[in-house]
Amino acid sequence: MGSSSSLSALHREKAAHWLLAGVACTALCVLCAIMIFLFAEGLPLFFEYSPVQFFGGKFWYPTSEPPEFGILALLAGSVSVMLLATAIAAPLGVLTAAYLTEIARPAVRRVVKPFVELLAALPSVVIGFFGMVVVAPWMQETFGLNTGLNLLNAALMLAFMSVPTICSIAEDALFAVPRSLREASLALGATRWETTFRVVLPAALSGIGTALMLGMSRAIGETMVVLMVAGGAAMLPGSIFDPVRPMPASIAAEMAEAPFRGEHYHALFAIGLVLFLFTLCFNLAASFIAERYKQTGSSAL
Amino acid sequence: MSLQSFMKKTLFTLLLGATTLATPAFAKEEIVINGSTTVLPVMQKAAESYMAINNDVDLVISGGGSGNGIKALTDGLCQIAMSSRDMKDNERELAKKKGVDPVRIAVAVDALLPVVHPSNPVKSLTLEQLRGMYAGEITNWKQVGGPDKTIAVISRDTSSGTYESWNDLVMNKVKVAPSALLQASNGAVVQAVSKNPNAIGYIGFGYLDKSVKGLDIGSIKATAETALARQWPVARELFLFTNGQPTGNTQKFIEYLLDPQKGQKAVAEVGFIPLPKK
Repeated sequence: MGSSSSLSALHREKAAHWLLAGVACTALCVLCAIMIFLFAEGLPLFFEYSPVQFFGGKFWYPTSEPPEFGILALLAGSVSVMLLATAIAAPLGVLTAAYLTEIARPAVRRVVKPFVELLAALPSVVIGFFGMVVVAPWMQETFGLNTGLNLLNAALMLAFMSVPTICSIAEDALFAVPRSLREASLALGATRWETTFRVVLPAALSGIGTALMLGMSRAIGETMVVLMVAGGAAMLPGSIFDPVRPMPASIAAEMAEAPFRGEHYHALFAIGLVLFLFTLCFNLAASFIAERYKQTGSSAL
Repeated sequence: MSLQSFMKKTLFTLLLGATTLATPAFAKEEIVINGSTTVLPVMQKAAESYMAINNDVDLVISGGGSGNGIKALTDGLCQIAMSSRDMKDNERELAKKKGVDPVRIAVAVDALLPVVHPSNPVKSLTLEQLRGMYAGEITNWKQVGGPDKTIAVISRDTSSGTYESWNDLVMNKVKVAPSALLQASNGAVVQAVSKNPNAIGYIGFGYLDKSVKGLDIGSIKATAETALARQWPVARELFLFTNGQPTGNTQKFIEYLLDPQKGQKAVAEVGFIPLPKK
């Protein structure tokens, strides 16, 4: 009796083990399936269209005769929006994190932090709508522009969206800085300001790097906001007030009507592939930074 | 339109799937409809209400462009082809060769309207001026009798039917400049134009509201009458093609589409002009 019940307990243990392993594998399988699908639908474009023209071509006319699938302008749109958004979001996110961990009293922290996180929960279409209806007319009037739907507007909206990501990861990194470092710095006569900026922030640099990378990958993949507020002109931007068309916007606008398995369809998947590679690189870079410069106690500094 | 229609399509497929699952033993007649994405929203809307009252028919609708639809009809892959243009001579010949006798049925008139901000003093433009603006040759409102302001040209995503119509009827083989702004639906164009005093956009007749101002083309006013009389230059008929005179359920569905109280209401709802009563 005793041995059989322990046997069934063992069985249950085994069953739970395999069940959980199976669940964990689902995510992996789904990712693999999506990747295979992406490659299978994107790569056929290059049988008919040269990669050089695809990456180097300045004109995106997918439905004219003959079609042109040059994504240089879309690529430039994506990269410029992402860089500008990160340039805005990085100081905001990191400094907010520094305030929350180093300066704010616990009571203030308890109030501010949920609001920052709420920003991440805002649906992107709401942010896009805000950019389109409120920011665009204001920007057009204030700067005397031809259109308020432009690179700067899109970057601002995207910055809103990446601030929470950057802030919460940077905050974790700052928290992980050992208390003894702060105490040592203060004991040496450094002010709180000096301690935060000269000691704590540099010590958490790798975590902040990871935060930035993830923030950037959030910004480059975002679709709805750029579709609504970036303007959508498929040309190389000359200034931050020019309209641009980032890659996700093109996919979202055109995919529903592109003939199934036609050249245009494959071209849109090829853009998806490029986007995927971008986010993959950012995520790899993020985990590389996190791994390489892992903070293991104060001795590693 | 594209995002919306994408969602509609998804919803539609789900609904279709649900109804098929619910009645597995019941063999439905399938009518496959393929072709122009311009006609697609009308068919989807009409099909939804048609299938709600006729549950013995499954209407399988997909886009892909007028050319694809006509090709599918010629190859016997669909019963109804949707097209935003008439059949070309070589398409007719090919159909004849394959023993297909295409019959043309007009279902609606698609008319586009150039729109500007209500504060814009410009009241009318010629087709040439519109083409020049969209090609990026005319860049200032001053050049067409307006104020000294740069024109913000708003166009549609290249795969929408509205873009296709504009491209065919106005651009005349000249490409829309890359600097043109893109909006993904008729509603979004109205929204963008209403917020921008320098903007010009184009929409389907049915989408005009008070927040934007419709322009005349030359001396022709945009009304349902001028569009139906073919005086309005940016209008065209939308067609269905069948192999021979439609019969059975196909005929029933097409009669439903042409009924002013039924299918033609869907035509008006998606922003096209219903056909006059015969």
